[in-house]
Amino acid sequence: MSLPPLVEPADSLTVDEVRRYSRHLIIPDVGMTGQKRLKNAKVLVVGAGGLGSPALLYLAAAGVGTLGVIDFDVVDESNLQRQIIHGVCDVGRPKAESARDAIAEINPYVTVVLHDERLDTDNVMAIFAGYDLIVDGTDNFATRYLVNDACVLLGKPYVWGSIYRFDGQASVFWAEHGPCYRCLYPEPPPPGMVPSCAEGGVLGVLCGSIGSIQVTEAIKLITGIGEPLAGRLMIYDALEMTYHTVRVTKDPECAICGENPAITELIDYEEFCGVVSEEAAAAAAGSTISAKDLAAMLDAGDDIFLVDVREPNEYEIVSIPGATLIPKGEFTSGAALERLPQDKRIVLHCKSGARSAEALAVVKNAGFYDAVHVGGGILAWINQVDPSLPAY
Amino acid sequence: MSVLVRIPTILRSYTGGAAEVTASAGTLRDVIAALDADYPGLGGRILDDGGKLRRFINVYVGEEDVRFAQGLDTQVSEGARVSVIPAVAGGTA
Repeated sequence: MSLPPLVEPADSLTVDEVRRYSRHLIIPDVGMTGQKRLKNAKVLVVGAGGLGSPALLYLAAAGVGTLGVIDFDVVDESNLQRQIIHGVCDVGRPKAESARDAIAEINPYVTVVLHDERLDTDNVMAIFAGYDLIVDGTDNFATRYLVNDACVLLGKPYVWGSIYRFDGQASVFWAEHGPCYRCLYPEPPPPGMVPSCAEGGVLGVLCGSIGSIQVTEAIKLITGIGEPLAGRLMIYDALEMTYHTVRVTKDPECAICGENPAITELIDYEEFCGVVSEEAAAAAAGSTISAKDLAAMLDAGDDIFLVDVREPNEYEIVSIPGATLIPKGEFTSGAALERLPQDKRIVLHCKSGARSAEALAVVKNAGFYDAVHVGGGILAWINQVDPSLPAY
Repeated sequence: MSVLVRIPTILRSYTGGAAEVTASAGTLRDVIAALDADYPGLGGRILDDGGKLRRFINVYVGEEDVRFAQGLDTQVSEGARVSVIPAVAGGTA
């Protein structure tokens, strides 16, 4: 299924542009017309992080005339393992500004538009309206459903990519010509079931593998060449070094692009995806202590049983002295319960508080009513109690 | 005698790290039951408590999403390849 070019060609290329883009211009499928289409294209990249870094760099180098960058985050040292648009001197700077400077260094002919804000239901339609195509590299389900729904409602193509550890997925969602994200994944997983990259890790170079697929698809859509990835899901397995595609069918019952859509305007995506499950939120209410509270309990010699519910490799990176490692999965399966002492107060912690809240729900259900968890997890501990420990 | 099942990274903790495992042919329901017998807990990650396919996990027989075929009654013939594809959101902020 080939599609017509998304963007009309610009009037002309300058002499400098012809020199710069000569390796594109001599490809017959791209040529002067294709390059002029790129020059006229307006592409928004959501997130200047793992996927956004290579995507922005290659889109800029390719000569996309207007690049929008939306990110409200600042560059952290732990980003540099994969977010190659940022450098050491950018640590602490807004990612959007850092990305703009890197793009200017690669291609001064690109106009960069910064959106230094969090994408939400109030601003998404106005921001997206100014672009031809959206490239998505965010890190959470709520934003992905938000981006999808806005793209469907505005009729824009959505170039999607997702990564976890050694696995990547990519596709093009464009409801006018094929399925949307909701056709592929009608509902997000319940919170706590699928770890994020911050919890589960990601091989840095995987961002390049998937980000470059996204840019390839964006260029194809803009210039109208080749077979777009619409209606197909690309699945990349870095360990096995395999790429394979499966078909994505447009779902006639899709909640937003189906025949009788239930969703006709943007919804509450935080609620749709749930930041933590209701059980976890209920368990954590009134049973959350701060890292400083924990430090005080330990200093006072309180008779507590401190459990770290993270994974063994995380425990190896950094841990709170005296904590016993019992990964969250053992709470979900119930196996952890027999390891918990009946005569001590149970205190749970994880990296940032989400997994320990899920484990807390299990523990409370099992009758450990005075159990608590540490809000903010070990990151809060490092921040508030022992800054000499490494954050990750 | 068997079918190949591709296991995504996120579920490989159940298969001792194996990316590909085998099960005997039959309906997809049979295949998942056989997987769960060999790798306890794996079935529960694919099916919900009511025994239906979870909405955020797609199962493909060959290139076809079984949601658009016969669901758990989809026949998996010998030599077929089953892929389990979970929704992941990572883009890494």
